[in-house]
Amino acid sequence: MSPRIKMLRKVLNPPQINGFNPYGSKLGIESRESVNLFYEEYEALRLCDYDGYNHQEASAMMSVSRPTFTRIYASALRKIAKAFVEGKQITIKGGKVYFDSDWYQCHQCRCYFNNPEKDKSIESCPLCGNHQIEKFEYDNSTDENEDELMTELCKCPNCGFEQEHQAKTPCKQLVCKKCHTTFQRNES
Amino acid sequence: MKIAITSTGNTLESTIDPRFGRCAYYVFYDTETKATEFIPNPNKDAEGGAGPASVQFVASKNVNKIISGEFGMKIKSLLDSLKIQMIVHKEQDKTIQEIIEMLNH
Ligand SMILES: [Zn+2]
Ligand SMILES: [Zn+2]
Repeated sequence: MSPRIKMLRKVLNPPQINGFNPYGSKLGIESRESVNLFYEEYEALRLCDYDGYNHQEASAMMSVSRPTFTRIYASALRKIAKAFVEGKQITIKGGKVYFDSDWYQCHQCRCYFNNPEKDKSIESCPLCGNHQIEKFEYDNSTDENEDELMTELCKCPNCGFEQEHQAKTPCKQLVCKKCHTTFQRNES
Repeated sequence: MKIAITSTGNTLESTIDPRFGRCAYYVFYDTETKATEFIPNPNKDAEGGAGPASVQFVASKNVNKIISGEFGMKIKSLLDSLKIQMIVHKEQDKTIQEIIEMLNH
């Protein structure tokens, strides 16, 4: 049985606007700088503070772990606070890919590896067995282009078959590859 | 435990293939039986989505670890969610034989 591949994040409702402009600056100069909110940060805020889901529910809806969700949410708040206080524009675009595992480097064979089992600690290199390993500051969130980020799954209302949502094609026009029923967006 | 290694060819003298999704062969190595199996990458020439398709292929072989030269961002997150360990080895002249010897440290 092949494991089901989970999509990393789901952004169910892209924002209706591209951002916000400040006005009436007391300094007399309008700041040209902007703060960029990623789609998943917007989404985290929307789910929690607009739709009223708790972090547990919202992280499940975005298909990310609780710690990852907490990071996304905290980052959204920090950015908005910065824009408010410093009178900066807010743009909403792009996104990041988040990893839940930690990365290490082996001192002997120089390979890099992650620890997919969070509850077990790693003591030696999985390749050469050397015990001198070092936690590696692998930026565990990386910029990625918009198209890939916006991947969503559409679920067949009849047979449950899931396929990637096609950008620019309304889901209601998609036809199931399996049973030919018309699709609906997977809202779960 | 089963480990997948990306390979440029189908012998033990072949070198590690730096591309995960578009490597020439996958070597499946069983650490208990010491058996190796070379399987041509079915997605080598896929038009798009070679990465996710390769993840699915390798995962279907029930591997616990994958050794390759690099993993793309999307691949990393998929393997992460499947709890398959990634080992990034950047020395491109390493042969499959040498990698297996390292594994049997
Ligand atoms: Zn090592
Ligand atoms: Zn169907």
